[in-house]
Parts: sequence; structure tokens; C-alpha cells
Amino acid sequence: MSIGHTLLGLLESGPRHGYDLKRAFDERFGHDRPLHYGQVYSTMARLLKNGLVEVEGIEPGSGPERKRYAITDAGLTDVETWLAQPEKPEPYLQTTLYTKVVLALLTGRSAIDLLDTQRAEHLRLMRELTRRKSSGDLADQLICDHALFHLEADLRWLELTAARLDQLATEVRK
Amino acid sequence: MTSSTPQPSTPLLSADALHKTYGPTPALDGADFTIRSGEVVAVMGPSGSGKSTLLHCLAGIVRPDAGKVLYRGEELSAMSDAARSALRRGDFGFVFQFGQLVPELTCVENVALPLRLNGAKRKEAERLATEWLHRLEVDDLGHKRPGEVSGGQGQRVAVARALVGGPRVIFADEPTGALDSLNGERVMRLLTDAARDTGAAVVLVTHEARVAAYSDREIVVRDGKSRDMERVA
Amino acid sequence: MSTPSENAPRTTPPRTLPRTDARTWVRDLALGARFTLAGGKEGWIRNLLTAVGVGLGVAVLLLASAVPAMMQARSDRSHDRDDMYFGEKLKPTASTMLINNTDTVYHGVDVYGRVLDPDGDKPPVPPGLSRVPAPGEMTVSPALAKLLDSSEGKLLKERLNYRVTGTIAKAGLLGPAELVYYAGSDTLTDAHATRVDTIGGARRSSEGLGAVLTLLVIIGLVVLLMPVAILIATAVRFGGERRDRRLAALRLVGADTRMTRRIAAGEALVGAVVGLVFGLGFFLLGRHFTGQIELYRLSVFPSDVRPGTGLALLIVLGVPAAAVAVTVLALRGIAIEPLGVVRNAALRKRRLWWRLLIPVAGLALLAPLFGGVQGNADLNAYQISAGAILLLVGVTAVLPWLVEMIVNRFGGGRIPWQLATRRLQLNSGASARMVNGITVAVAGAIALQMLFSGIESGFTSDTGKDPNRAQMQASVDVTDGPQATAAFQAYRTTPGVRSALGLVQTSAIPDGAAAKAKASGNPDAAGEILEFPVIVGDCAALAEIAAVGDCADGSVYRVLPDASYTTPPDISKAGARLDLNAPQSGVLTGPPRPWTVPATARTVKSRTSPNGDVQWGILATPGTLDVARTQQARATVLIKLDAQRPDAEEYVRNTTARLGESANTYTLEGTRTVRKYTSIKRGLLIGAVTTLLLIGISLLVSMLEQLRERKKLLAVLIAFGTRRSTLGLSVLWQTALPVALGLALAVIGGLGLGSVLLKMVGSPIRVDWASAATMTGVGAGVVLLVTLLSLPPLWRMMRPDGLRTE
Repeated sequence: MSIGHTLLGLLESGPRHGYDLKRAFDERFGHDRPLHYGQVYSTMARLLKNGLVEVEGIEPGSGPERKRYAITDAGLTDVETWLAQPEKPEPYLQTTLYTKVVLALLTGRSAIDLLDTQRAEHLRLMRELTRRKSSGDLADQLICDHALFHLEADLRWLELTAARLDQLATEVRK
Repeated sequence: MTSSTPQPSTPLLSADALHKTYGPTPALDGADFTIRSGEVVAVMGPSGSGKSTLLHCLAGIVRPDAGKVLYRGEELSAMSDAARSALRRGDFGFVFQFGQLVPELTCVENVALPLRLNGAKRKEAERLATEWLHRLEVDDLGHKRPGEVSGGQGQRVAVARALVGGPRVIFADEPTGALDSLNGERVMRLLTDAARDTGAAVVLVTHEARVAAYSDREIVVRDGKSRDMERVA
Repeated sequence: MSTPSENAPRTTPPRTLPRTDARTWVRDLALGARFTLAGGKEGWIRNLLTAVGVGLGVAVLLLASAVPAMMQARSDRSHDRDDMYFGEKLKPTASTMLINNTDTVYHGVDVYGRVLDPDGDKPPVPPGLSRVPAPGEMTVSPALAKLLDSSEGKLLKERLNYRVTGTIAKAGLLGPAELVYYAGSDTLTDAHATRVDTIGGARRSSEGLGAVLTLLVIIGLVVLLMPVAILIATAVRFGGERRDRRLAALRLVGADTRMTRRIAAGEALVGAVVGLVFGLGFFLLGRHFTGQIELYRLSVFPSDVRPGTGLALLIVLGVPAAAVAVTVLALRGIAIEPLGVVRNAALRKRRLWWRLLIPVAGLALLAPLFGGVQGNADLNAYQISAGAILLLVGVTAVLPWLVEMIVNRFGGGRIPWQLATRRLQLNSGASARMVNGITVAVAGAIALQMLFSGIESGFTSDTGKDPNRAQMQASVDVTDGPQATAAFQAYRTTPGVRSALGLVQTSAIPDGAAAKAKASGNPDAAGEILEFPVIVGDCAALAEIAAVGDCADGSVYRVLPDASYTTPPDISKAGARLDLNAPQSGVLTGPPRPWTVPATARTVKSRTSPNGDVQWGILATPGTLDVARTQQARATVLIKLDAQRPDAEEYVRNTTARLGESANTYTLEGTRTVRKYTSIKRGLLIGAVTTLLLIGISLLVSMLEQLRERKKLLAVLIAFGTRRSTLGLSVLWQTALPVALGLALAVIGGLGLGSVLLKMVGSPIRVDWASAATMTGVGAGVVLLVTLLSLPPLWRMMRPDGLRTE
């Protein structure tokens, strides 16, 4: 995730202090990993240097957090371009799991046990996410769902591989 | 409604080396596992793996060719058809994928049906049914017919019907199979919440991992053989 | 990204507007036909059911269309063997023959019998015979031959004391089961037998049925054929819901509404055409068996069952056309959309007023005929048929409204009841359609029965006979007293006879009248002498015909004739001298036999004899007038039978046969029914029962189809732990409720139509509750049977296999 673009986007609704920016970010996107102050200030410094934000005012007092940042026209264009550009889909072509299955087949270990253990582990995590979802707010739900759909995709791959293990075994041992 | 409190350690329903054959291919080929009171167990597996047959055997709808189904220590497979029917009326509840609501009865009447089959008076049965419809957030459907409600609403009516009799076990066969994700999740949340509240065990047949994620543990059925993932882990 | 220029060539052909020319029709019909034939196992079964339903209907129609020819053939053969002779007595020649009618009855079945005595070597030969049987021999019908060979025919064999030497061919028989014999004799005299020179020569024009009977036949046909039409219409709609789904799929790939209608019509056409073939098969099969079936004593030769060409053509063209029409009409009530079928009919509430208009229109057609169906009045068959059809159709039009109205009032109740009523509420039209046939058949049958019993008095006459005093009467000509006594004795000793009272009936003339007639020289004078009856019998026998009071052997009584007789009463007063040698057929033979009426003769009132006659004359006991002194008398025996003894009647008839050709026997019955009426009644009864059974079959098919569509739901209910009996009961209610309403309506409609018909023939309206109850009972029985027959498939469908989807 691009923290720079995210912070820029948050500035669009109006100038903010660095502290405000961190709070707004954590509230919306930082469920798993809240931002460090240092991260905010280094990012803002970079954006300032690139002319995407400007310091609108410094409040009386001491410390860097007193700076109020505002987005520049260049910054606006930058956010717009970022949002318009689609994210590159992850290809997941080389997975550890595939490697493990092939190795198990090559060394004569039980590949189905491996797959079932993995599926149990996946399901355990899915249960946890499902529980979290049912007690969380909409944001929680959407984020958990994102993870759940990915895990489900993995699980389906596990199912499919399990169903084609015999075929894979002959292929591998050729 | 139900008086039993969840006792997670007591075996409620168990399968012992179940075999069942339809035509030339075996649908069940040695299934063993145990389900305890109050737990939600997902039965997973690819299509055609024998999941539904397993559910039908567990619920006493079909008799296995070999092996035993024990319900609270009694051998279900040895009971007469009448005794099994009575058990299904009293102790079990059912949710299926399609075609389960009687199209000519209103939703309230559909939900009241299990109670009335068990001999309850109409007024009392319909009062309880209305309560359950309320609990499943479909109170306004009471006097509509199944043909007039959406799939998700219909499925919630079906869940209400499965729960209304205070069953000890609810059998759900792909309960979200015909629903989109959002409706499916809603039905699953209501079903599992209500089951946990009343202490009923749920046997949930599904091929969808996200649905299975509502369970406490899973049993995998592959080629008619069951695999209790608790024992594996 | 340039826009195509205005005159760039189009890549798609111009869209044509749908044109419905003959070619489109043929194409779509053919498409529908192909769908039917390629429908897989399910499709074949559906087609088979439709074909069987249509086939049964067609067979009945063909049978009905064969009735006129069948009646004609029977009546032709009946005329061909007619040996009645009206005219001057014939002189014996080489080509004349004496014929004696010896019809008898055996076990309640009529036996047509003739004894033939040719005068020369060129006698007329009755049809079906190759020659006149020699004396002591007889030619019999196949049915009679079989009966005589069986143990059941033992008593008849004793009666027909001839050797069987031949079989009568079809030309001499009305039906294959008819009992007929022609026996040869050389002892017939023209005293009892008729001399003829031809048999069946003079063909009399067949007499018309008369207005009332014509009305009966028209109404009978309407009543029988309407349910058949409904049956065909129902059969064409078998499998409708599945077909609708298939049509919806066609709409999805681009068929328009008209196209789907034509395709559906094509499917129906296949069913109807296959049904026609089936119908022909059923008809031929049924015809083959008509030779072996004898219903209500009516048997028919298979070869007589020939549908008229015009009617057969009408059926062959009309049934498929009707099938197409019914399908297209049925589809008007629903809209087949690409994503499914929308039924419009269920949404609007049924209205009563236009439904009532139909029977009112029927009434309006029939009302002008009130009181007009009498004697040989000319009837407008179309007006009557149309009126009756409208009245009956009115019943079927009111039924859906009634079912809906009643069923919507039901709620609650026990579960089977709730399931049934709710289902009816959702789709009351379908169930009303299911029972339409039964309703029309029962209503029609009730109306007919009512018409029958209403006009029964016109066809059934009180014979005046009293079967309580004597059940049979036999009479035989005797030439002297001992012969009479012997005849009485023969009957008294016949098995099964409890008592036989004998009366000898002869005549007397005033003494001296014979001499006077001879003296006059006029050959006709003897015939003009006043005769009056003399009856001799014991006190018990005389008590049956007169109020004799105290009677002992030696008593003698006078019964005076009523005023219409010209005989002066004082001819037979006490002390009068009489001559017992009355002229025979106007000829005097032998010397006078004088007898004086004793002074003790009392005048008494007559009493109606058990055979219904009122007799007068001199009534004497044997002590006053010895039977031996009479001559050329007729001995009459009043017989009381032992009701416990089987075959008592047959023994009496056998005794009669032994007493010679002059002897005959009657059974005394309180009422007599005109034969034509009886045979129409029989025919209609056969028809009503057949129709109800046919409708029962179609009801069963619709029911099974409905159950099959609910297979999954039934399985779910069973999974719930629903008792089988609960589901069985709900099925029963679901059928019984509309049927009960249908039958109630049938009773009302039937009694209404019956009253209208009675008004037409000018009879007082009398509600025939018994026949209404009978027909309603038969209808209800058919429904119960259908429910019972549908239970085994229902049990099978309730197996949990229905839950399997994988």
C-alpha cells in the first residue's frame, strides 16, 4: 500500500496537522499496523520536497507536529493518477505450498496429509476472521472478507490439488 | 424452548463405519466420527463425495447398508421407520438448499408446521413461529407465501422452521447454495447464532469454505470416506 | 472509431416482421412435433398418457358413431326373419309351411323358438338356415348350443325335445348371444300354427321412436359425449407445466409468443394423432370383444359395429383440430416469458355473473319446448342438444367459481386439511378442471334418470295382474274332461308348484238355438248364435274369479256381465235349459248336449282374477256339471310357486312343453315395461358407467402428474418426520373437496336439467332422490378408487431418494 498516496488523499478534504493525519489513517486503514509518527513525518518530508504538499502554517509551540500541511495542485493530480491506475494483480505463480506438495510426492511422504493439515490451518484462520467479522464494524467486515476470499481461494486450490494428486504423482515421478 | 444446556463433552451423534450404496457406486464407504452437543460441525468435500448421503444417514432419513448411527446412545439405524420419523419431528431440524417450503402455506404456517406435526395447537404453534420469524429478522413476511419472498428471506424462514421445535440437532444441507455471498452470510450468522443460543448442534453440509468457517470444526468427506480433522490435528 | 456511414452495407439481414402464413404454421407445428418425439423417456411417457386418454375418448366416439348402423343392422335382420302373416288363410302348396311360435323364457332370458312343418318340398327357409330341419330335429344358435351342452341348460334340454343338427348363421340372429332355435315337425295343424309362404319378405318401414324417446336419445348422447369431450381436452393438457417450462426456454432463445403457441399446438397435435391411432386400436379391440360381452342381455356382432363414414371422418379431423384449439386456448390464460411462466388466471377473482349466463341461455333455448314434446311431434334436435349442452357447460363454468369461493373460506384445521385447502386456494382452477368431467357425467346421468322415472308411467303399464295370488298361469286346449283333469294333475305334480287351481272354460248356447240355425239354411247362422261362458272348477278355483261365499261341491253360481254386453242376463237364469255344444269357429258339429241350470244357482259378483281378467257366466262346481260333459274347452291353471325352490318356473314351462303345441305359460307380473324404453335405459347405463370409468382414468393420470411435480417437496416433508398418513390424507382431501363440491353442483344441475326435461314432456316434476344418490355414489366411488390407486405411487415418491440431487 502506498502510504504517501493515502496521506495525500486524506489531505484532500482540508489541511491537517501531522498528528491528525496519523489518527485519521489509523482509524480507517490501520487496523493491523498503526503508523509510527516517524513514518508520517518522513513521508510528509518527502511529499514536501516533491512539491505535492505545502506547509500552510505552524502553530505556536514546539515540535515538528505543530506543522499544518495542505495539498498542492500537483498533489491533487498525483492522487487522481494513483486512483485511476489499476493495481497489478498478484500472479502467485510460485507458491511454497506447491513446492511442499511436490517434495512430499518425490520423497514418498503423504501429500494428502500435508494438504489436509494445511486446509485445517486455513480454516482455523478463516474461523477466527469470521468471528472477528461478526463482532466488528463494517470496515472490519470488509477487511476480513478480503482475507477470507483469499483464503478461500487457497482452499479451493488445495481441494483441486487433492483431487488431482494421483495425476500429479505420475507426472512428478516420470 | 430447549432446556438442554450445551455440554460440549458428551457425544450426541456418532457414525460408525457407515456404508451406503446407490446403484453401482458406493456413496458412503466407511464414515466414522462423533458430534457433541452444541457444536457446529461442517461436513466438507467436493460434489458427489457423499456429503448429502452422510447427512441423510445421520438424520435417519435413509438407513445405511452397513454400520451404525448412534444418537444419544441409541442405535438410529435399528429403529423403525415410525420411530425415526418421530425423532425427526421432535429432536431434529432441517434446512435444505431448495424446495423446502410448502408453496401453498404462508411463511408463518410453514414455520409452525413442525410444531403442528408434533401435535401442538395451531394458535400456540403460530405464536411461536411468529417469534422465530422476528428473531430471524423476517417478521414482516408472516402472511406471504414462499413464492412472494426472495431467496434469502425464504431461507431465513426455513431456518426459523428448523429451529422452532427446539431441536437438539439441526441438519443443514448446503443452506446457502442458492444465495449470494451477502445473503448467505446473513443466513449462516443467524443460523449459527440461534443454534448456539439454544444449544443445538449443527451438522452443516457445504462445499464452500467461507460457509464452513462458521463451524467449530470440520469433517472432510472424500470418495465416501470421512476424515475428522480434529483427530488429524 | 469512425461512425459507419449511412449507406455502408449492413452486415445483418433486414429484420422481417413475423408473418403468419401457412408455411410458418407448418414449420412451427413440425418443430413442436419434433420436440414431442425427442423428449426422452419423460416425454414419451407423457405422450403415451395423452395418446391413451385421447385414444379412449376417440374409441368411445367411434363406438357412438357406430350405433345407428348397428341398430339398423339389427332391425334389418329382425325384419328378415319376421314370420308374422296377416291376411287370408293360405291353402297348403309346395311352397307353404306351418309355423308355430314357441318362444319361451329360460332363467329369465328370452328364447326365440319356432316349430316348422313344411307342406311341400319348396318351403321358405328362415335366414341363417340352409334348410328346414327335419321332424324331431332342430337348428340352434351358437349360444343356445353352448347352453344346451352345459349343465346349466339341463332343464331347457328337457323342454326342447329335439336333436340338434345344425347351427344358425349370423343372418338369422340379432346378436351373438341370442338364444334361437328352429325345430322341424310333421304334426302341426292350422288350429294353432300359421301357414306362410314367405319369411321376412314384407319389409315394414321402421317405426319412429316418438318424440319422447327421441328426446331421451338426444339427451343421452349429449350426456355421454360431453364428458368424453372433456376427457379429450384434459388428456391433451397432460404434462402442461413441463411443456410451459420448455416453451419458456424457447422464448429465451428468441421465439415469440405466437411461435410458442404454434409449437405447443404442434406438440398437442402429435398427442392427438397418436391418440387417434390408439383410439382406432382400442375401437377394433373393443369391437373384437363385443362379440363376447353381453351387457344387460344385449349382445352385438362385432361386424355390426361400423362407424358411419361421415361421422368417422368428423372424428378423425375434429379430434386433432380440437386438440390444437384446446392447447391454444389454454395458453391464452398464461404468459410464457423467457424467464418462466406467469399465470394470469390465478390473479383475478372469478366472477359469477357470466358463468350463470350460460345455463340461462340453455334454459332459454329449452323453455319454448315446455310441454311440446308429446306423441310424434317433430323435434329440433339441434335446439335440444344446444340447450342441454349449455345447461351442462354452465355447471362446469360455475364449478371453478364455487370451488374458489368455498375454499377461500377455509383456514386452519388439522394439518392434512390445512395442506389440502391451502393448495386448493393457490390453484383452485386446476382441481376444478380435474373434476369437471365427473360433474358433467353425474349431472347428466341424474337428469336422464329423472326424465326416465318421470315418464316411466307412460311406458310402464299396470297389468292388473296380482302376483301375490298366483305367479304363473298356464293354459291348454282340451277336447274332453279327462284331458283337462290330466293337465291339472300334470301341473300339481310339477316340482316347485305349491298349488295349481284348475278352471275349465267352455261356452254354452240356449237349448234349441242349434236346431233353429240348422233349419234356417243360412251357413253363417251358427256363428251368430249368442254364446256365453261356462266355467267349471272346484270351490277354491271359483273363489279366485267370483265372490262365491259358502261353497261346496254341487254349488253353482251366475255372474252377470256388465252393461256393455248385449247378452240378455235371463238366458242363464235358474232353471234355464242350455246346450253345452257351442259352435267351434262358427261351425256346429255333433248333437246338442243339453244341461239345465240348477234352481240353486245364486247370482254373485265377480272378482278380478290373478291374471287381471274379470270373468262372467255360469260358474259350476264339478258336482253340478261334470267336466267330462264339456268339449273343446280351454283348461286354465293358476299356479302358486314355492319361492324357495330354484328353477320352479322352468319346471312349469317344461310341463307346458310336454302338453303339446296348444299349451302356453305366462309369468304374472304386476307391471310391464315397454321394450324400447328398457333397451335405451340399458344402453345409457352402460354408457354412464363407461364414461365415469374413463374419467376416473384421466383423473388418476392428472393426479400422478401432480404428485410427480411435488416429489421433492414430499421428500422434504418426510425428512421432517411427517407421517405418511398425514400426506395421504391431505391428498385425499385435496381430491375429495373439489369432488364433493362438484357432486353437489352435479346434483343441483342434474335435478335442474331433469326438471326442465320433464317440463318439456309435460310430466309433473318429481325429484328422484334415489337415482340422484345412486349416480352421486358412483361418482364418489370412482374418486375413492382413484385416490386408492394413487396411494402406492405416493408412498413410492415419498421415499427419501427424492432428496438426492447429486
